[in-house]
Amino acid sequence: MAGHASKEMKANKVDWGGKTSPFSVSYGKLMMWFFLVSDALTFGGFLVAFGLTRYSYGGAWPIGEETFDALPFLTGSYPLAYVALMTFILIISSVTMVLGVEAGHRMDRKGVTKWMLATIVGGLVFVGSQAWEWSHFIHGTNFGRVELSDGSVATAKGEFGKIHDFEIVRPGSHYEGVGTKITNDNITAEDGDLMHAFQHAAAKRKLSGTAGAMMITLHDGTVAKVNKEADKDLQLIVKVPGKDYAVSSAADESTRIHEADGSVDLYYEALSKGNVVYGANLQENEYGPQTYGHFFFFVTGFHGFHVSIGIILLIIVFINVLKGTYEKRGHYEMVEKAGLYWHFVDLVWVFVFTFFYLI
Amino acid sequence: MEQRDDIIEYSLDNHHSEEEGKKIRKKIWKVTLILSIVTLVEVFFGAMVKQGSSMWLTVKVLFILLTIVKAAYIVMTFMHLGDEKKALKWIVLLPYLIFMIYLIFIGLAEGAELYPRMH
Repeated sequence: MAGHASKEMKANKVDWGGKTSPFSVSYGKLMMWFFLVSDALTFGGFLVAFGLTRYSYGGAWPIGEETFDALPFLTGSYPLAYVALMTFILIISSVTMVLGVEAGHRMDRKGVTKWMLATIVGGLVFVGSQAWEWSHFIHGTNFGRVELSDGSVATAKGEFGKIHDFEIVRPGSHYEGVGTKITNDNITAEDGDLMHAFQHAAAKRKLSGTAGAMMITLHDGTVAKVNKEADKDLQLIVKVPGKDYAVSSAADESTRIHEADGSVDLYYEALSKGNVVYGANLQENEYGPQTYGHFFFFVTGFHGFHVSIGIILLIIVFINVLKGTYEKRGHYEMVEKAGLYWHFVDLVWVFVFTFFYLI
Repeated sequence: MEQRDDIIEYSLDNHHSEEEGKKIRKKIWKVTLILSIVTLVEVFFGAMVKQGSSMWLTVKVLFILLTIVKAAYIVMTFMHLGDEKKALKWIVLLPYLIFMIYLIFIGLAEGAELYPRMH
């Protein structure tokens, strides 16, 4: 394995007497380690800044298992399942990488080819997963975050009742006929789909009425009745206290505002006033303080950038493996150096996973 | 390119035999198992124990300890730092750890100090 002293090294008893490397590694590998130390300092700085900011907010910070509980193609709550899957994918790609490095030490070109290909695939799957997660984070939940009439701010949990259609009450320029039902089939491209139109209207103060009888004003001025199933088990989790409601404790679900406490009326009153935020952008987000969104985009983004660079490096090395460059050179150290970088990316994710999602 | 005789080609000394490879692969799969189990334990506690409950502080400390265990396995086994010469191992780890421990301490202390001033 790494670090075996050469014959010449053994003859020279003095490590730091010149001519030999006191570390018994090649220049390239040593410099890769130094680069990784400096990069680790950068990520360490980010995570400490994140910790400092979070600490300075006291308890008003989003909670990982509440914020990240979605899975693709499924509704319902699966706390942390998706990020756990991403973590697992990255760990496995780290394993295939180290197996590739091991094959390289035996000059097994076939083995290196196989394991490097697996690593590249794993990396691509990870970046793809992150794209989905970003997209979900940016689009947000069905309910969003609302500011209640007493001034408290709450996120909502529950099962969003399906919107069947918008029944036209007063036609605008694009839709015709009182009583016509607008569905996802005949909605204009401008309005997108029913859910999109509903959220857009809510955020722009174009919804009115109460839970069972909401009226929506669409882009073209059409006024319609929202035919929507009732939400199931709508709970409001208070994040910022107002006059009437205190902050809900994550440990005790009875401190949330349940349907029996009037959560439905409170929620739809806020919607009809336009006091709602959906998803996240660089100005605001539904999950917590604005800084939270910034840190999410910056830290996971910077890590995703590293993974992307890693994939490019791996592909370049992979092509050289196919061409036989390292076979001719007599050693596969380039695979090992790319591997060091790849393991480092996995290592950073282990820390991001703990401090961003778990704690 | 002319071969320089004053440079020792360390890269050529990294080779190992088929039997050594078997042992190394066994170790890799063992570490894989450990990392997977640790991740599963973390997710289990993350989903089960709510923040703010009486168990939370214990679980939080457990998360940090398990993270350090995972990081140690990745650095020592996957990145082979455990097999490098002591001088290299410590020149990578020591400066980093000293600086990070200091930074974590000062960051959290400052954060706690900021809280009453911002609210």
